[in-house]
Amino acid sequence: MSYIKKPKIYGDKFTKNKLGMTFTDYEGAMSTLCAGCGHDSITGAIIQTVFDLDIPPHRMIKMSGIGCSSKTPAYFANQSHGFNSVHGRMPAVATGANAANRELFCIGVSGDGDTLSIGMGQFSHAVRRNVNMLYVIENNGVYGLTKGQFSASADVGSTAKKGAANKHVPIDPCQIAITLGATFVARSFSGDKDQLIPLLKAGLMHKGFAVVDVISPCVTFNDHEGSTKSYMSTRESKREAVYTDYIPPFKEIEISYEEGSTIEVDLHDGGKVILRKSDDSYSPQSRGDSIKNIRSATERGELLTGLLYIDESQHDFTDTENLIDAPLNSVDHQILCPGKKSLKNLLDSYR
Amino acid sequence: MTGPSNNDFTVKFANVNGTGSSSANGMFMKSIFRMGVPVVGKNYFPSNIQGLPTWYEVRVNENGYLAPSGSIDIMLAMNAQTYGQDLDELESGGYLIYDSTWPREELMLRDDITVLGVPLANMCNEAFNTARSRTLMKNTAYVGVLAALLEMDMKVIEQLLLDTFGAKTHLIDANKQALKMGFEYAKENFDCPLPFKTVASDKTKDHFIIDGNSTAALGCVYAGATVGSWYPITPSTSLMDAFSRYCGNFRVDEKTDKNNYSIIQAEDELSAIGMALGAGWNGARSFTPTSGPGISLMNEFIGYGYYAEIPTVIFDVQRTGPSTGMPTRTQQCDILSCAYASHGDTKHVCLYPADPEEAFYLSVNAFDLAEQLQTPVFVLSDLDIGMNDWMIRDLEWDDKYVPNRGKVLDKDALEGMEQFHRYLDSDGDGIPYRTIPGVHPKGAYFTRGSGHNMFGGYTEDSDEYQDVVDRLLIKWETAKSIVPSPMKDFNKKNKIAILSIGSCDDAIREARDSMSKDGHDFNYLRVRAFPFSNEVDEFIDAHETVFVVEQNRDGQLAKLLQVETNCDVSKIKSIRLYNGIPISSKDLVERIMKEIPSGKAA
Repeated sequence: MSYIKKPKIYGDKFTKNKLGMTFTDYEGAMSTLCAGCGHDSITGAIIQTVFDLDIPPHRMIKMSGIGCSSKTPAYFANQSHGFNSVHGRMPAVATGANAANRELFCIGVSGDGDTLSIGMGQFSHAVRRNVNMLYVIENNGVYGLTKGQFSASADVGSTAKKGAANKHVPIDPCQIAITLGATFVARSFSGDKDQLIPLLKAGLMHKGFAVVDVISPCVTFNDHEGSTKSYMSTRESKREAVYTDYIPPFKEIEISYEEGSTIEVDLHDGGKVILRKSDDSYSPQSRGDSIKNIRSATERGELLTGLLYIDESQHDFTDTENLIDAPLNSVDHQILCPGKKSLKNLLDSYR
Repeated sequence: MTGPSNNDFTVKFANVNGTGSSSANGMFMKSIFRMGVPVVGKNYFPSNIQGLPTWYEVRVNENGYLAPSGSIDIMLAMNAQTYGQDLDELESGGYLIYDSTWPREELMLRDDITVLGVPLANMCNEAFNTARSRTLMKNTAYVGVLAALLEMDMKVIEQLLLDTFGAKTHLIDANKQALKMGFEYAKENFDCPLPFKTVASDKTKDHFIIDGNSTAALGCVYAGATVGSWYPITPSTSLMDAFSRYCGNFRVDEKTDKNNYSIIQAEDELSAIGMALGAGWNGARSFTPTSGPGISLMNEFIGYGYYAEIPTVIFDVQRTGPSTGMPTRTQQCDILSCAYASHGDTKHVCLYPADPEEAFYLSVNAFDLAEQLQTPVFVLSDLDIGMNDWMIRDLEWDDKYVPNRGKVLDKDALEGMEQFHRYLDSDGDGIPYRTIPGVHPKGAYFTRGSGHNMFGGYTEDSDEYQDVVDRLLIKWETAKSIVPSPMKDFNKKNKIAILSIGSCDDAIREARDSMSKDGHDFNYLRVRAFPFSNEVDEFIDAHETVFVVEQNRDGQLAKLLQVETNCDVSKIKSIRLYNGIPISSKDLVERIMKEIPSGKAA
């Protein structure tokens, strides 16, 4: 925990969104993470995202597990309910919460330890169920709170602060998610808000499970030479395969895109995702191509970023389960309870 | 113990699992029920799909005793693998029925029983064409044999066939034929009826036959539970199966054909409890059914639910432990692990139904308590209650029932508030107010399992931390006053008592009746909830000796009483029966009488 007094205000105090709320209204408690932590930049990007999308804060829930990343829901949207659960098990809590009230926006914040080690099972199954939520992985390749052990996303040969090199192959959440049938998979960098914010917006508005893997350097334990998840290394290896715009419903597309290089995807909320490709081979609507692109970038020593895969044709969890449109938590007991007469008839069938 | 008599005997069916015997055995039992004679069925089955021995025991008893009698009067020995064991188990003077298509010398070894051979396979091979029906109809044919031997009402059996198979007339015809074959063979070859038989009675009016997982699930439906998460585990699986079935009947919106419920089959129990807590936190009535191994896995989240104060209901249908144990045998072995589940200082509200009837009412009660107390509440059933077929009184429901949602602040209340603090004890009962996400911006708070103060903020301050955990103790005291009170049968002239829990109940009822005839009268208290109310202390204090009867090796209830009451522990004598089979009054009487000095009236 850093004792350096940090400014709580991330952005413009005066501009109001459609709800008449300012950026400040979407802030949370002061961060207790280390000064310069990538996670704080992501927190800022999340605040910008929900402010821009005019989301009523009380209609949003913030979920997390355990670790540095999982502390961050306390640092944004203090008018939203938060649930800082147990290690690696946020997906289950989010799934239950989603079943209880499908109308709420759900943002989950996790880390590479929380998602890829102890939480690998729950992460996989939340992907598989296509739970309607934005799932942000604040990925720094290291266990910060327990002082610098490698996580499962650390690259082979990446060194720890004290010099030891990681020997085990990394788990890439994006490739895993695409393989498991995820419907929205993106990667970005905490230091690149221009890329990150549109991805967060599109992910939050996507109806289904949206994974955004954000490389977020750990300034204390993993920002040295030899680390492949330092600010320096990430800036050098990062290659933007695509630039993503999220266009809200009913808003005219103002910028004209060069023909042939864009892909337009309609979201369920009526909004659109516009993808501007920087590479002709890039295709975010084929799982096979997407994995191939990620892998060949890795082989070149590059970190492919942007919206890596999207599929808007799948049902989300609550639709697959055929739940009523209204939140289950608001159904009147008179409707839920079959009553005395039905009980009598039911018992007769057991005689 | 007296021998078998009319409407008082036990029939045991020894079968091979996967041969379709259970529907025939059920038909036998239900026919007797429809004749107005009380019955109970106990299923002793293997943890296996096909090919291993399985037994079904039907006790016929005019008094309506529901525990096993401890004596087998008729053995249907349909499994050559277990002939020896089945022969041994039969009471002297009993009857053994077997398939004499293959005569068996070894079954003739006892001269104190009567062996009745029926060529079931031959009969069915002649009468039926397919291998499947030849196998299945042997079962129906032995029901015909029993019908003749016990003078059962054939009209009742035939009507039951009609009710069971409905439009499937080919099944009705085949079953009728098999039934008749067995019946006529017995009439021609044996002295029918036996010295003991069924006699039509009127003791089953306003009763029905059901298992406790079904009634617990029905309780969930009636309580208004909407989210059920689970991971398959014997013996709790049929609870969710039943919930799913009832929801299919009662919870599908007529206009849209959409579900007013969500059943989530989780990837493991760790996730199942997480989902239940997520849903409970988000304002739905939620539950998860499991068994001992699942409770072990859920421990971390259970402590979270306790500390962060989230309502949900956990059904633990107990099976024998430790470890995987015997998954298809019963025990009451999770009393301690549920009471104190999870690391740190935790203790949990537990309810202990005695039978399927009480499983229904306590299930509803559990949802109210969970929300009133804002905490996970356990319902500790067991395999005997959950999976066996019990005859119970008709369930009652009051349409005026309104779920007790506890202290939940709605939109208007929040609007009028200056500031909401999640863990403030404004009423002095240890129960704070909570809010549901999505209702009002002022209701927002941060739920965490890490140290928090009464305002809901993160803390590492000693005093702030202690305020909250001490307040949870005040809530615990409040819980004592609202959990279901014990069932008690007290006469101040009796100095010795039995104190017990859950499914031991009926064996105790029968044992007390039986010992009373011999001049030993015992008072009786059955705890129905943890924390124990003061009544439990008072009851123990009022006796010289209290036999604590339970189904586990270590006397877990006795230990819990020693720790959680102020009673004189030297009064407690622990009686433990834990071989995985539901306890019989016969064994219980034997164990208790051993402890009573001869000549001393209880």
